[in-house]
Amino acid sequence: MNVPALQLTDVRKSFGQTVIINGVNLIVPRGERHAIIGPNGAGKSTLFNLASARFPVTSGDITLKGESVTDLKPHQINRLGLSRSFQLTNIFTNLSVFENVRCSVLWSLNYKYSFWRRLAALRDANEQAHRVIDAIGLAHRSDTVAGILSYAEQRALEIGITIAGGADVILLDEPTAGMSKSETGDAVALIRRVTEGKTLIMVEHDMSVVFDLADRISVLVYGEIIATGTPAEIRASAAVQEAYLGTTFAEGSHD
Amino acid sequence: MSALVPPLLSRRRFFLWGALALLMIVLPLVFDKGYALSLMCQISIMIIFSLSYNMLLGQTGLLSFGHAAYFGIGAFATIHALNFVGKAAALPVSILPLVGGLAGLLGGVLFGYVSTKRAGTTFAMISLGIGELMASASLMFPVVFGGEAGVSGNRVIGKAVFGVNFGPQIQIYYLIAAWTFLCILAMYALTQTPLGRMANAVRDNPERAQFVGYDPQWVRFMMMILAGFFAGIAGGLSALNYEMVTAESLGGWTSGVVLMMAFVGGIGFFYGPIIGAVLISLLAIAVAGVTKAWLFYFGLFFLTMVLYAPGGIASLLAMHKRLWNAGLLLMVMPAYARVTIPLLLTFAGLVSLVEMAYQQAEVLETPLLVFGASIDVNSLAPWLIALALTAFGLVLLKLSWPRVSEAWRQVLAGINGEVAR
Amino acid sequence: MEFFLISLLNGVTYGLLLFMLSSGLTLIFSMMGVLNFAHASFYMLGAYFAYQVSTYVGFMPALIVAPLLVGGLGMLIERYGLRKAHKFGHVAELLFTFGLSFLIEEVVHLIWGKAPVDYRIPEVLDGTLFTLFSTNFPIYKGFMMMVSVGMLVALYAGLTRTRIGLIIQAALSKPDMVEALGHNVPRIFMLVFGGGVAFAALAGVIGGNAFITEPGMATAVGSIVFVVVVVGGLGSLTGAFLASLLIGVVQTFAIGLNISITDVAALFGIELVASGVVARLTVTQLAPILPYLFMVAILIFRPRGLMGARES
Repeated sequence: MNVPALQLTDVRKSFGQTVIINGVNLIVPRGERHAIIGPNGAGKSTLFNLASARFPVTSGDITLKGESVTDLKPHQINRLGLSRSFQLTNIFTNLSVFENVRCSVLWSLNYKYSFWRRLAALRDANEQAHRVIDAIGLAHRSDTVAGILSYAEQRALEIGITIAGGADVILLDEPTAGMSKSETGDAVALIRRVTEGKTLIMVEHDMSVVFDLADRISVLVYGEIIATGTPAEIRASAAVQEAYLGTTFAEGSHD
Repeated sequence: MSALVPPLLSRRRFFLWGALALLMIVLPLVFDKGYALSLMCQISIMIIFSLSYNMLLGQTGLLSFGHAAYFGIGAFATIHALNFVGKAAALPVSILPLVGGLAGLLGGVLFGYVSTKRAGTTFAMISLGIGELMASASLMFPVVFGGEAGVSGNRVIGKAVFGVNFGPQIQIYYLIAAWTFLCILAMYALTQTPLGRMANAVRDNPERAQFVGYDPQWVRFMMMILAGFFAGIAGGLSALNYEMVTAESLGGWTSGVVLMMAFVGGIGFFYGPIIGAVLISLLAIAVAGVTKAWLFYFGLFFLTMVLYAPGGIASLLAMHKRLWNAGLLLMVMPAYARVTIPLLLTFAGLVSLVEMAYQQAEVLETPLLVFGASIDVNSLAPWLIALALTAFGLVLLKLSWPRVSEAWRQVLAGINGEVAR
Repeated sequence: MEFFLISLLNGVTYGLLLFMLSSGLTLIFSMMGVLNFAHASFYMLGAYFAYQVSTYVGFMPALIVAPLLVGGLGMLIERYGLRKAHKFGHVAELLFTFGLSFLIEEVVHLIWGKAPVDYRIPEVLDGTLFTLFSTNFPIYKGFMMMVSVGMLVALYAGLTRTRIGLIIQAALSKPDMVEALGHNVPRIFMLVFGGGVAFAALAGVIGGNAFITEPGMATAVGSIVFVVVVVGGLGSLTGAFLASLLIGVVQTFAIGLNISITDVAALFGIELVASGVVARLTVTQLAPILPYLFMVAILIFRPRGLMGARES
């Protein structure tokens, strides 16, 4: 039987009295590209934070590739093969682009906390870092300090850091946020390239991106998933249209 | 694009390290007076200590107010080992700093585990608490810490080997210099390892470090242990140098001094703390020899650096080097010349005020000499003059400083403009 | 019994003094994110200012004037120093307050010298309030308790009942929102900093003559105040209150207990080899490090402190 990449079972999250996630059930099979959409404040980022152990769940279960990860810490989940990007760019600001990516591959190549090996001599780490940098199109900025990159470049680096370690379950939190139309197109092509053969779960507001990339879509409203299905099914769903009152799907709107 | 493995030592690197080694070897031959040798020993020890401190602050982002704990632990361990070995003569004296290092390492394991559970401000307070804990505890166990008098030892044990018994100051200098060189090398090498780089990553963004598979607490813990190791070595060398260790080496003052050295030197550059150690040590001797208010000047100097040059001297040097490389250094010179007089006036006035205040508060017998002029603190005139001088200088400074900012603005625009082309 | 009650009273007095210090520190930290390393230095300035003022006009006016002067000084320091350091990040702020603590001590040296000054309890308050068994409980200690409690009540009332207090409470968690609503948040920061250090100064005014007024008094009490806020939980006023009393009482009891660790172990039925160095230590001798041991214990078993918020 095919073990799903990520499974959320009756996951709930409250902050004090406020219920943000109200019993979410979600199964994402291996290799699927899954998008989570929903109105603002629906709890999409919170759901991501729960899945990546940034916040602990109030109740419910999360399994990654069959293993329960509900009580693990973020670094433990990452080591099991789940990696995520952030909506607000979260990079190592004082390190160069190359160093940023190299840091992301070190653990996956088993270098751990070693202080007896020279970084420059780690052939595999350096080669992998260069490959990823080429893939995200930042080879010409390889030695630039990450803090001074342009916004789109930083977003590309963000994605690079996320996939560099070879995780096979990738969570991208609004990867095209704040991008212009052309930048979005580049980003989508990049995402498609680098998540080939992996499981991708994406939170997005930009419907054109969603319909372009996603195999299946879940719609999150007030902390509950009201519909899951293929893009066509979601487009046709009355419940979804009701939740998105005032938003049109057909053309694909840019938020 | 495959990554070629660069050689361990490029020509430029080899030259730099070689020059450093040469400098350390030749210096005592040039400055061969007794007090100069002692000073060089002290500076070398402080270099190791402040570099070890920067492993925490500059490299891992951990601000510690209690780093002296590891220095002190290393110092006490070494002096006891010295006394022990003196009776049994089992180990050569030259290896003993390693004992200090191991003691510091163990201290790092013990205290580091508790300290690194939290980061940032909480870590700073915990480090303060642990430093105070050690300092207070040291008075409770006189057998270990020697009470008020401390523990003393004799570094001349056994027969001299090739005439070397580490008795004379010059001999102990070369031992300290050798250890210093090795430690600088080791600490630099550490910055080029996975742990060293991940420490930087944890400093910049601990959350991101988690999401690339690293536990920030472990990274901090390991850096703490290694920093404790090197601080312990520095303590051990200090024990050998002075043949005595007191509880002061664990105390708040020592922790404060190393913080000041690293910060003033520049925490963002590996060699920053080296500059800081040299500068502060020299200043301490120079200023303390001239005025009793030297602690006040130090405090003021430190605060000024925090507010106006938080990157330290190393960052100022780096900034000017950029100008030099672009051939634009001369452009800021006129502005600098303009602020020199106001600075001197303010300085003169402030120093006069401080010295007079000190004289008055301490009711000293000897008359006050400020810049060679004898001053009667009980009459009003000198006070008014000093006050006027300071005020005048500050006003002129306020008027002339914008030229410096403006010159820098122009120069930087020029540089960036060229880069963009 | 006598020992117990007297120690309890003394401990509570000391604890309340610690709370006067740690409450200001907590307010400043919660509001501005700055840990004021120099907080105890303002305690010292309060004592010295009160001493100086009382030589001209007596103690009672000094009680009001000294904290106000220090508060004003604090506001100036916030406006022209701390605010500048704020731009460079938390480490720079901490280093600024660290350097400040150092400089203030040196300034005190400059003006008043290194020896303790003769800051005395005013005659009207000098005497015995009541006698418990055979120990006299001084009027002044009672006065200290009264002032501490009065300050706390005023603080509580001010924060919860006045308009400015509500704004401060709001700015404690959501400064941007408060600014968006039209309040001058930088000015509020300045007021909070000034107010926080004024509380510390008030503690100095009443503590300086009960204990000793000398340049080392800041460092003596400074590290204990930090222990209090770590144990209580960073950012929690209630936690600081509990921790202050706890540490104040425990330390006071400990200083008075001249029994060795061997005796303590015997109470629990454990026989220690009496020749060991540690075993021979008396609880009195341990008293100075007890607060730090507390801190280490809290960090191991409950890192967020007694009432601190869990880091999410």
